[in-house]
Amino acid sequence: MLRIRIVENAIAESYGEQEMRCPVHLSIGQEAAEAGACAALERRDYVLSGHRSHGHYLAKGGNLKAMMAEIYGKATGCAGGKGGSMHLVDLEAGFLGAAPIVGSTIPIAAGVAFATQMRNEDRVVMVFLGDGATETGVFYESVNFAALKHLPIVFLVENNFYSVYSPMNVRQKGVNRIVDIARAHGMEAHQADGNDLDIVYQLSRQAVTKARTGGGPSLLEFITYRWREHCGPGYDNDIGYRTEDEFFSWKERDPVVAYEKKLIANGVVGQHEMDLIARDLKQEVDAAIVYAKQSPWPDLNTLPSQVYAS
Amino acid sequence: MNRQLKFSEAIREATDQAMGRDPSVYIVGLGVPDPKGIFGTTLGLLEKYGTTRVQDMPLSENALTGVALGSALVGMRPIITHQRVDFALVAMEQMVNQAAKWHYMFGGKAKVPMVVRMIIGRGWGQGPQHSQSLQAWFAHIPGLKVVMPTTAYDAKGLLAAAIEDDNPVIFIEHRWLHNISDDVPEEYYTVPLGKARIMCEGSDVTIIGTSYMALESLRAAEYLRDAEVSAEVIDLRTIRPWDVETVLASVRKTGRLVVTDTATTAFGVSAEISATVLEREFDSMKAAPVRIALPDYPCPTSPALSNDFYPRARHIVFEVKKMMGQELVADMLEDPLGQRLDVPDSSFKGPF
Ligand SMILES: Cc1ncc(C[n+]2csc(CCOP(=O)(O)OP(=O)(O)O)c2C)c(N)n1
Ligand SMILES: [Mg+2]
Repeated sequence: MLRIRIVENAIAESYGEQEMRCPVHLSIGQEAAEAGACAALERRDYVLSGHRSHGHYLAKGGNLKAMMAEIYGKATGCAGGKGGSMHLVDLEAGFLGAAPIVGSTIPIAAGVAFATQMRNEDRVVMVFLGDGATETGVFYESVNFAALKHLPIVFLVENNFYSVYSPMNVRQKGVNRIVDIARAHGMEAHQADGNDLDIVYQLSRQAVTKARTGGGPSLLEFITYRWREHCGPGYDNDIGYRTEDEFFSWKERDPVVAYEKKLIANGVVGQHEMDLIARDLKQEVDAAIVYAKQSPWPDLNTLPSQVYAS
Repeated sequence: MNRQLKFSEAIREATDQAMGRDPSVYIVGLGVPDPKGIFGTTLGLLEKYGTTRVQDMPLSENALTGVALGSALVGMRPIITHQRVDFALVAMEQMVNQAAKWHYMFGGKAKVPMVVRMIIGRGWGQGPQHSQSLQAWFAHIPGLKVVMPTTAYDAKGLLAAAIEDDNPVIFIEHRWLHNISDDVPEEYYTVPLGKARIMCEGSDVTIIGTSYMALESLRAAEYLRDAEVSAEVIDLRTIRPWDVETVLASVRKTGRLVVTDTATTAFGVSAEISATVLEREFDSMKAAPVRIALPDYPCPTSPALSNDFYPRARHIVFEVKKMMGQELVADMLEDPLGQRLDVPDSSFKGPF
């Protein structure tokens, strides 16, 4: 969780250099939902995601250097520079891919679960989506299919109240709509505080265990908040779609700080130890950025390759 | 002094005036009333026309395209906007099976006066899923009209004409045109669909361009003038129905044809134009037609890769000179060192 925060902050800081020449969707503020959910998975399990995927990729164990290099458009990037921030992939870590057409990876994830079920593999699939993605047709269709086939999948919704700058009330009706859709399909569903790492972990653990032991799919909706602008490194509280007050009320509920405090209060770590962890992580992230910057550009010869598999 | 307006402002003005003239016109799309207003093209409309006629929507493009269609059947004139062509793909079924066929399959008993605005992204790592240019897909479908304005003047007039039209019209805007200004009259006017515009007259070669590639074609014509080649540049403006007669008349005069496009060359608009010209005007041709458009792979994200993806004026000049049998300088395809090719101008700082 802290690592995701440090990575995303580092991206935000470096973006102004104009060397990361692709759109980035940062997940600062939402780290507990991402880290807590992935902590419930095994390495052999699969994750898919959408446009805001850095946190999911990292939480699933995706290679940090390869992610940074991808954002910098380098040959050493996880997609060889062809994808950028919106198209992360790390097969070794079970991160099957992220794609920014909202909703589109939901049925794909169901398909992955379908295959693991057909092949009788001990793998669970988790697909991350936003509140906006629950408005797509494929969301309803995939929930229906997953329920029908009893697929080993967890639909993990991070509800941050916005789809770009559009608030909930112009898009959805009813505060329980998302969990109710799942329940209407006979699927277990829970809505909970997405900024509380322990709650996220417990519910995710339950859902993953259920899927793993043949209990079928679940949907988890975690309420959280995106701090930065929808796309890009800055803040956008000034443009008028949400209030500064709202932002600060969520900033006070910083999931990273809250968990640090909890760990220290419970005597799990001391402040000094925490600082050392943060320092080490910062060094790791800085090194990844240096690595990305120093990596070579992709060879132009790779351009026409990989359109078809051979 | 004529009034200058940006392309994006011209779109906004056409929408505003059409809504003012006809209460059945309304606009819906993800982010239409938000503070950024679809790159400025919908700013102020909510304040002026209210929440009934200026609507945001759920992230449900397919359903909302059907909703727009349904409302059109019973007298409304919807405009639905998509911030990228790529996002509209989830609504292909409604556009292709339903909207395009509705008038025909019910024996002309109903009509679908709707406009679907879509934006082609380019540069700053838009990559494989945010930069597609799919006009040929839509143009392939009888029943759809496809419009791609280049100038702010045409953006206003063509959008107004698209809204007045009684058919589904796909209106495609290139993101790199939004900030380009031009003389735009304040009063309401329409530019007829299906009519090309001769951007500059010439006698040696006909260069066809649409949308952003019309600007590259015009730049190419300027370079060519120095090489004493007289190029006629035609901005197609409407892809379907396209202005066959204007193109044929030009080729009759020049005997040479270069067709540029913002999309993949293979199976594209440039193929349709070249084939039609060869079928109808073969005897006037002094050389085989040349197509200049995108290569046969998706757009990569890395700037190092995408720089090689988009043909520019210099590529057009090169092909024309080759066609004219002129001497080719080896380095003419190289861009000046240090020039960033993934932004329309230096004011662009990402991310969208
Ligand atoms: C089909 C489609 N429509 C529109 C978009 C543009 N878009 C990108 S992200 C986004 C908002 C998604 O909201 P949500 O699912 O809540 O995720 P969040 O950004 O809040 O993480 C939109 C509308 C898109 N990428 N794909
Ligand atoms: Mg959201």
